[in-house]
Amino acid sequence: MRGGRKALPLAALGALFGGALAVAVTFALSARAQQLVADLSSHLIAITTGFSGTEVVLFGSTDGQGDVAVVVTGPRSNVRVRRKDRIAGIWINRESVLFEQVPSYYVVATNRRLESLAPESVLERHQIGTAHLRLDTSDLVGPLALGDFREALIRNKQRAGQYGLTHGQVTFLGERLFRTNIYFPANVPTGLYNVEVFLIRGGEVVSAQTTPLVVSKVGFSAEVFDFARSQPLTYGVVAVFGAIAAGWLAGAMFRRV
Amino acid sequence: MLIYLPIAEMSVDALVVLAMGGVVGFLSGLFGVGGGFLMTPLLIFLGVPPAVSVGTQANQLVAASVSGVLAHWRRGNVDVKMGVVMLIGGLVGTTVGVWIFGLLQRLGQIDVAISLSYVFFLGVIGSLMLAESSRALIRGRRPTASRGKLHHHIWLHGLPLKMRFHRSKLYISALLPAGIGAVGGMLVAIMGIGGGFLLVPAMIYLLNMPTALVAGTSLFQIIFTTAVATVLQAATNQTVDVMLALLLLVGGVIGAQFGTKAGGYLRGEQARALLGLLVVIVAARLAWDLVATPPDLFSISGGGGGG
Repeated sequence: MRGGRKALPLAALGALFGGALAVAVTFALSARAQQLVADLSSHLIAITTGFSGTEVVLFGSTDGQGDVAVVVTGPRSNVRVRRKDRIAGIWINRESVLFEQVPSYYVVATNRRLESLAPESVLERHQIGTAHLRLDTSDLVGPLALGDFREALIRNKQRAGQYGLTHGQVTFLGERLFRTNIYFPANVPTGLYNVEVFLIRGGEVVSAQTTPLVVSKVGFSAEVFDFARSQPLTYGVVAVFGAIAAGWLAGAMFRRV
Repeated sequence: MLIYLPIAEMSVDALVVLAMGGVVGFLSGLFGVGGGFLMTPLLIFLGVPPAVSVGTQANQLVAASVSGVLAHWRRGNVDVKMGVVMLIGGLVGTTVGVWIFGLLQRLGQIDVAISLSYVFFLGVIGSLMLAESSRALIRGRRPTASRGKLHHHIWLHGLPLKMRFHRSKLYISALLPAGIGAVGGMLVAIMGIGGGFLLVPAMIYLLNMPTALVAGTSLFQIIFTTAVATVLQAATNQTVDVMLALLLLVGGVIGAQFGTKAGGYLRGEQARALLGLLVVIVAARLAWDLVATPPDLFSISGGGGGG
């Protein structure tokens, strides 16, 4: 947990460079054609104390007819999926599988039904759609059970609103301009996001662009979180003294009532 | 009015949490218990992760017991010596409890452990309370708070390390209150409750303490065990959400004032019967959740990766 947070600035820097590189490559490649250009209305989602979810607009243009798929991937971490079994009448967590480097957030938006955009192999290669998301594990599990655990992970993430296919739809304004609204719920994980835009023609990805997006706590909630993580002991002591003061105040206040 | 909880990493409706704090505060004022046993299941029901519910609840209870103990202190209803002896056991219990909590969390069994301990303790205490108070109700009018015989010896009183407690007029083994404190401390850490509903009957029936001193002394002890539990939970499991604690506290303090006033209209055994019923209902509900087939057999959690 802490390792992940410490590595974040470095990862952010790397991803920014990677993103910049991707943009540069896209620009270099499309210097003649300019096949695909896209950008976000905002590159930072600030989680403040009143945060209750937000929307980011992605807009762009293509050099002609084609389909667009937008894939938003959140910071990756390991996720353990557990299955309950009935033991002596009580449901208890038994088997578990640890999936590595699972995106904490994953949303796909397209202008048409995903299956009609491109053949399976292409979607698989670019990991477009939850069914084509690569989820690796080093645990030894049979392929059948693994499928169950994999589906369960996606199902649970969908229930939490963190995985989705139809969160936003890509709409074309005319032939070349497109836009989509990407919705981020209140429980959006913090960290560095990648927004990939694919231009698909005749079932092949002809152009792609990656844009970074940062989701970060700011203000009071960020300070509380950082304090709790960086100096957990002091945080606990402060919490206790705060509670003692509050309790004392309440007791004194209502004494007169 | 949505408000973002920095440690639970979710938004909740501040008014809902305030109302929950108010209702639980009212009941705790009415019955003279901490109300943690109601609050933790409610928080989990609201979607707050169980670990954060328990850790935050400990923090909230510090404030609740401080404001509660003040009233008893003014009336001189706190046996400090007894409280300190119980506290020594309580600190050991809390430390062990937080350690067990972390271990179960890593094993992925914390949810079921919390539920099981709730069902067990609430079920047993609630049924006992219900049975005792309904007997008292049936027997009708009797002089209340009869302390029974002064020397009601059971094997527990034969333990070594005898100590004199002047305030409570007792001469008993120090191991007894320390042991009760240890169990209470463990409950604070694992269940996120003050343990008042367990400590109070234990102090009355096992220690034969004067009833008037029991509530104040147990609250006095609970301040310290919950404080230690808060610090340990924050330091080892990072599960204390101060924002959530603050909301619960504000609602709880206000609710408790009304509850205390309403409590004046209830007779002792009536209050105990109602409380017993409430406790049994909560236990039955949690037991049902353990036994009923869950809608999804699978669950996910961050396996070592940050969430």
